[in-house]
Amino acid sequence: MTAERQVPRASLWQATIAILAKDWKSELRTRYAISALVMFVITTISIIVFALGTEGASLNALSGMLWVAVFFAAMSGLSRTFVAEEERGTSMTLQLVASPTAVLLGKLCFNLALVIGLNTLVVVLYSVFISEFVIKTYSIFVVTVALGSIGFAASSTIIAAIIARANTKGTLYPVLAFPILLPLLLTVINGTRLATEGAFFEEALGEFNILVSYIVAVVAVSYILFDYIWKD
Amino acid sequence: MTWKIVIGLWMTAVIVLGLSLPMSAQPQHWFELPTIPGLEEKARIMFFHVPTAWLASVAFVMSMIYGIKYLRKKNPDDDITSASAAGLGLLFCILATVTGAIWAKFSWGTYWNWDPRQTSIFVLLLIYGAYFALRSAVDIEEKRATLSAVYSIIGAVTMPFFMFIMPRILASLHPEPILNVQGKVHMNATMLVIFLASLTGFTGLFIWMWNLHIRTVRLETKHS
Repeated sequence: MTAERQVPRASLWQATIAILAKDWKSELRTRYAISALVMFVITTISIIVFALGTEGASLNALSGMLWVAVFFAAMSGLSRTFVAEEERGTSMTLQLVASPTAVLLGKLCFNLALVIGLNTLVVVLYSVFISEFVIKTYSIFVVTVALGSIGFAASSTIIAAIIARANTKGTLYPVLAFPILLPLLLTVINGTRLATEGAFFEEALGEFNILVSYIVAVVAVSYILFDYIWKD
Repeated sequence: MTWKIVIGLWMTAVIVLGLSLPMSAQPQHWFELPTIPGLEEKARIMFFHVPTAWLASVAFVMSMIYGIKYLRKKNPDDDITSASAAGLGLLFCILATVTGAIWAKFSWGTYWNWDPRQTSIFVLLLIYGAYFALRSAVDIEEKRATLSAVYSIIGAVTMPFFMFIMPRILASLHPEPILNVQGKVHMNATMLVIFLASLTGFTGLFIWMWNLHIRTVRLETKHS
């Protein structure tokens, strides 16, 4: 059993903010995750644009491809926050100074910020380069992307914590994350399709229910299990 | 030893009866199986396909339960039990996928058409694959056991979402295992008995293989 750690001097909230600030600062120094995400998004979207050529694709396919771009970009950058701790050898120190919950929440917030930035970039580039992709119901689209971002951040953070402890980090990340993210992906793709078809807000409520329960389930299970992954 | 012989005889009986009993639209005798409209002779797959699919999910749950046990007690034996269940689960998952795909070729015309059931078993296959990819990527035994237990729990938490998501995307053409939509049993007593006997036989087979595998791995770790 894991013994309860002595309560750190800082409150959980302060510790979370401190970890978020620390990660943000070290990210700004190297810009590893941000440049990986941005370059991946640009690469994926240009491939999609070249592949489509002058022919338009169905809205269904376009909604799917939007999230394909998000998925692969996320897989390139979101594991950084935990992998960097292992590579720099700082995870031990972090275990000493902060409670596991604060570490999880801090990293979750950091990844959430990255995913929101990533999704904004993808959506902007997508609408600029692919003229067929027109959102008809903005309310559905905004809620789908917002909930999708939180879900993406939640799953990818806990999986990143797992793969940071394994040997082949880079290749393992999408392999482990895909089956976990698939329910989320299918639902956000459905939501995006509804938004492009001009459905009423009420029609997408089922999708939102699934997204919210998915987020609650993943965050709860991460919160319970993170201790086991994090502590040596 | 007796266990092995009993299971061997039991499964032989199930296979022989399941494949050889005649089918008729109006069964007159106890040994005749009813014809299920739309399935006919292809219905016989149910004696073998459904138990494998059932074991693929049972093994997953078993692997998770022993994973949780490991996380609580840190007993290496629980990890061996959990990983053995997952290994057998992967085997039965592949069997269920392959038998299902062959059946689909003759009933639906294609081996694969992303029916909700096919998608679910595909995701289960992916989770099993990811589970073993993770296990092979961690050298320290304790760490490997902890991480794979955690991963199987996360997988088990997100897996049920497909039950709500898939029907929204595509309606299933998959026949119901025992009951149809109207809640009416298509099977007659003979068919039900063979089906339940097959389910029991396969479960016994699973328990036997599981036990054997656990003992082998234990010996291997002891002598290495």
